[in-house]
Amino acid sequence: MARAVVTVPPRAKRGEIIEIRTLVGHRMETGFRHDNLGRSIARDILTQFVCTYNGTEICRAELFPAISANPLFTFTTIAVESGTLEFKWTGDNNFVLNETASITVE
Amino acid sequence: MIASVVLLLVAGFLPASSGAEMAPEDRRSGYEFMSAQTRAMQDDEAANPATLWLLDGEALWIRKDGRADVSCAHCHGDAATTMKGVAARYPSFDPKLERPLDLEQRINACRTDAQQAAPFAFESRELLALTTYIARQSRGLLIQINVDARLQPFLDRGRNAFERRQGQLNISCAQCHDQYWGRKLAGNPIPQAHPTGYPLYRLEWQSVGSLQRRLRNCLAGVRAAPYPFGAPELVELELYLMWRARGMKIETPAVRP
Amino acid sequence: MSTRREFLLAAGALVLTVRPNTSHATTAAMQEAIRKVVGDAQINRGKVKLDLPPLIDNGNVVALSVSVESPMTPTDYVKAIHVFNEKNPQPNIVSVQLGPRAGRASVSTRIRLADSQTVTAIAQLADGSFWQTSQDVIVTIAACAEEIS
Repeated sequence: MARAVVTVPPRAKRGEIIEIRTLVGHRMETGFRHDNLGRSIARDILTQFVCTYNGTEICRAELFPAISANPLFTFTTIAVESGTLEFKWTGDNNFVLNETASITVE
Repeated sequence: MIASVVLLLVAGFLPASSGAEMAPEDRRSGYEFMSAQTRAMQDDEAANPATLWLLDGEALWIRKDGRADVSCAHCHGDAATTMKGVAARYPSFDPKLERPLDLEQRINACRTDAQQAAPFAFESRELLALTTYIARQSRGLLIQINVDARLQPFLDRGRNAFERRQGQLNISCAQCHDQYWGRKLAGNPIPQAHPTGYPLYRLEWQSVGSLQRRLRNCLAGVRAAPYPFGAPELVELELYLMWRARGMKIETPAVRP
Repeated sequence: MSTRREFLLAAGALVLTVRPNTSHATTAAMQEAIRKVVGDAQINRGKVKLDLPPLIDNGNVVALSVSVESPMTPTDYVKAIHVFNEKNPQPNIVSVQLGPRAGRASVSTRIRLADSQTVTAIAQLADGSFWQTSQDVIVTIAACAEEIS
């Protein structure tokens, strides 16, 4: 099952600021909804997102129920060197998802 | 909830269905009634949540399944080539069953006949993903429903369903979508109801869903009993809507509010 | 039979059967959430740009962008961006930790808004100062309170 789509430019110039877009499949059930019998639907959301660049953390986000389902999150970073960007999402019910992307910096 | 109360008030003032179809040049996709942000979501694959379903569909296309242990790709090869134009001409007449099938039913027919696998449940993740993947191969192409003598009676029934008043609110689809499109209902513009982008990601559902799901929502909205998924009445309505939208571009996977 | 009494009984029954509002964050709850992040520090106005559409198709998915004027050098950069709301069931929306490696203090996401309300974004700079901006939005179809269709 496709869980996440990360969009990172495959190549960049050293020192260039690049945009990273992440799209992750998750219902982000708020915990504030009820079903048609009036029963409360339990919260099930992503709570944290971390991005590392060759092991160094470059962005971290704490997510709340106010984030829409299938969260899109866009941020920037300086293309310092070639290597790997690692993305990790964690959430309720022991949810963990990892994704990576490579970048060549010339 | 508010929308249905407003509909109730409005229904009393609407004239009886006139059966007047809108002029072809007046037809506009639901895309044009959305905000710039929602349009941007549809246009950018990296931002469109339906991309997640597309990727699932791509994986299902090459997955072997059923007692025959074959994948879609086994018969149909590369979807980008073989499925091009398919969604643009569905629903289409099935000579064996002697009635039109929509794309979801066609996929399930392939599963049961060729793959000898169980059909996917309507609105299941798998069926939506595969339908979205196949329909996406027609993105940008024009809808082309060719109606012959065999299809005509089904089209007529679909047209009747579109034009007759129904439900406790006693409104027809035509009243809102042929006569009152562009005007506001509970603060939101009424679109023309052209199914150019299905299956699509609906912000209200926060998920990809089929045209039949949307039609069932509409029927519930006028307080009519929604037909079950796969009902012939829904397929006839789909057929009429696609025919009504002929010549418009496929946008799958679209995003709608 | 007294029609007035009948009316009062009916009106009373109606009041009892009306579902109470889903509890939502008030401006006070938002202020408390902000204080948790900011402490006693003064919050300045400026530097932060909030991009939200003024009129929203559907409160379930609202495009949000926040950017902060900052050179993003190793000594002068944005440490964090926090976004709050006043009418959702909960006052927090998102908190992002950045650093000089970001190059630009600019993030985007999609959020849920349960009502027409004011959204507030607060930036925390490396020098310990806080900066904020707010924007009002109109939401016709709300998130959080919708039942499943």
